[in-house]
Amino acid sequence: MSDWVAACAAGDIDEEDVMRFDHGGRTFAIYRSPDDEYFATDGLCTHEKVHLADGLVMDDIIECPKHNGRFNYKTGDARGAPVCVNLRTYPVKVDAGKVLVQIG
Amino acid sequence: MARGMVIVGAGECGGRAALALRDLGYEGPVTLVGDEPHPPYERPPLSKDAMVSDAPEIRAIASDEVLAEKSIRHIHSVQAVAIDREAHKVRLSDGSVLPYDKLLLATGSTPRKLPMPGLGRRCVYLRTFADALAIRAHLRAGRRVAIVGGGFIGLELAAAARKLGAAVTVIEAQPRILMRGVPAEIAEIIHDAHVAEGVDILCCDGIASIADDGNEVRVTLAGGREIVADLAIIGIGAVPVTGLAAEAGLVIDNGIAVDAELRTGDPDIFAAGDCCSFPLAVYGGRRVRLEAWRNAQEQGALAARNMLGAGEAHAAVPWFWSDQYGLSLQIAGLADEGRSIVRRDLGDGAFILFHLAEDGRLVAASGIGPGNAVARDIRLAEMLIAKRAQPAPEALGSQAIKLKSLLAA
Repeated sequence: MSDWVAACAAGDIDEEDVMRFDHGGRTFAIYRSPDDEYFATDGLCTHEKVHLADGLVMDDIIECPKHNGRFNYKTGDARGAPVCVNLRTYPVKVDAGKVLVQIG
Repeated sequence: MARGMVIVGAGECGGRAALALRDLGYEGPVTLVGDEPHPPYERPPLSKDAMVSDAPEIRAIASDEVLAEKSIRHIHSVQAVAIDREAHKVRLSDGSVLPYDKLLLATGSTPRKLPMPGLGRRCVYLRTFADALAIRAHLRAGRRVAIVGGGFIGLELAAAARKLGAAVTVIEAQPRILMRGVPAEIAEIIHDAHVAEGVDILCCDGIASIADDGNEVRVTLAGGREIVADLAIIGIGAVPVTGLAAEAGLVIDNGIAVDAELRTGDPDIFAAGDCCSFPLAVYGGRRVRLEAWRNAQEQGALAARNMLGAGEAHAAVPWFWSDQYGLSLQIAGLADEGRSIVRRDLGDGAFILFHLAEDGRLVAASGIGPGNAVARDIRLAEMLIAKRAQPAPEALGSQAIKLKSLLAA
């Protein structure tokens, strides 16, 4: 099992928003849902490798800033054209005000 | 037995329509007819990433394997030459005949030809992957490229050509680049970026003559200036491909005229994408034709739903983007519907212009900035436009007020 990595402080992300997190040569997107839960996925859209952190979060959907590919960031499921490959998701927990991601 | 669905045109729109028919559970025959040898592929990279790649590759929307797996028959490298509406049949250039229950015309658009003599093999247009490869072969240090037309295709190619080290001159007859649909304030930033990268932009000067001896192109401008280039790329807009529809007696009005459900005057024939003009609900039914990737994609999927009887009206807000150097531009809505402009600065030089109608309704938003800096707010603006919102100009102009908060209002 790999370690939990601190991505940011819980207050760094607004509700219903996303931010970028880079670690160990990889890039991730960390989300805070409207109901105040945290989630993490790979950072790049599976369509054209555009970073999702510039995209719009609405409810449980992240939309790619370039071509509007949509994913459910809680499950990683691709939601229709132009994306067809799901996003990888990672376990997240909040501990002492820090958002921790388990990077497998 | 079902005659099935025939789609003429195997580009973004046709390809998406074919996939959508299967996604919707349609089990009858689906036939996709295209005049290129490739499976449906994405065209936007042709003037962008693919053009600067050492070995440009097709980005397929559905590979041959996927088409086979979904039982979508793809007849490639042929033209549809006639529609027999009464018999519900399409005749192809190889002599074969395809019966249909519903027919979708997704014939796209084709580059507008420069109407003057003197063009030869060094004068080229960009539409297809084959066109892109031919242009790519010329783009390298030491080559001189003349680009006729300061629109998106021309400017994206200018950026690509500079990246590859070619010398580039852009010739635009209008007073500035991007006259159509892009506010002057944004066009100026793109203009400056090109100049900073070493592109020579000549505005306000039409072409008097072109001489192409097969190795070199000599472009003489009305003002007397002469540009000598190894390659002239002509990007002066596109025209809808409507010949097949016109021959079949369908109404043509700046494209194949369809209703909000993308149906032509013939209840069994639909048209979608670049080739059609349609009423845009969000602007009171104003008839428009869009040459845009997302529109092709959305209308392809909508046509598929309506071919299966959904009866759903097109309700999307026009949207497109362009990438040049490190800049990305995005426009949602039709800027010419606006009467006043509110500017919102986003930092890092990125900003958005909100276009408001006389009654204060938000009708368009044009943004530019590095990377994808404007994407999120443009997307929110698009939702506000769709809602026919009348946001307070002060709120639009203030970075302190989140656009998302205006959506709830």
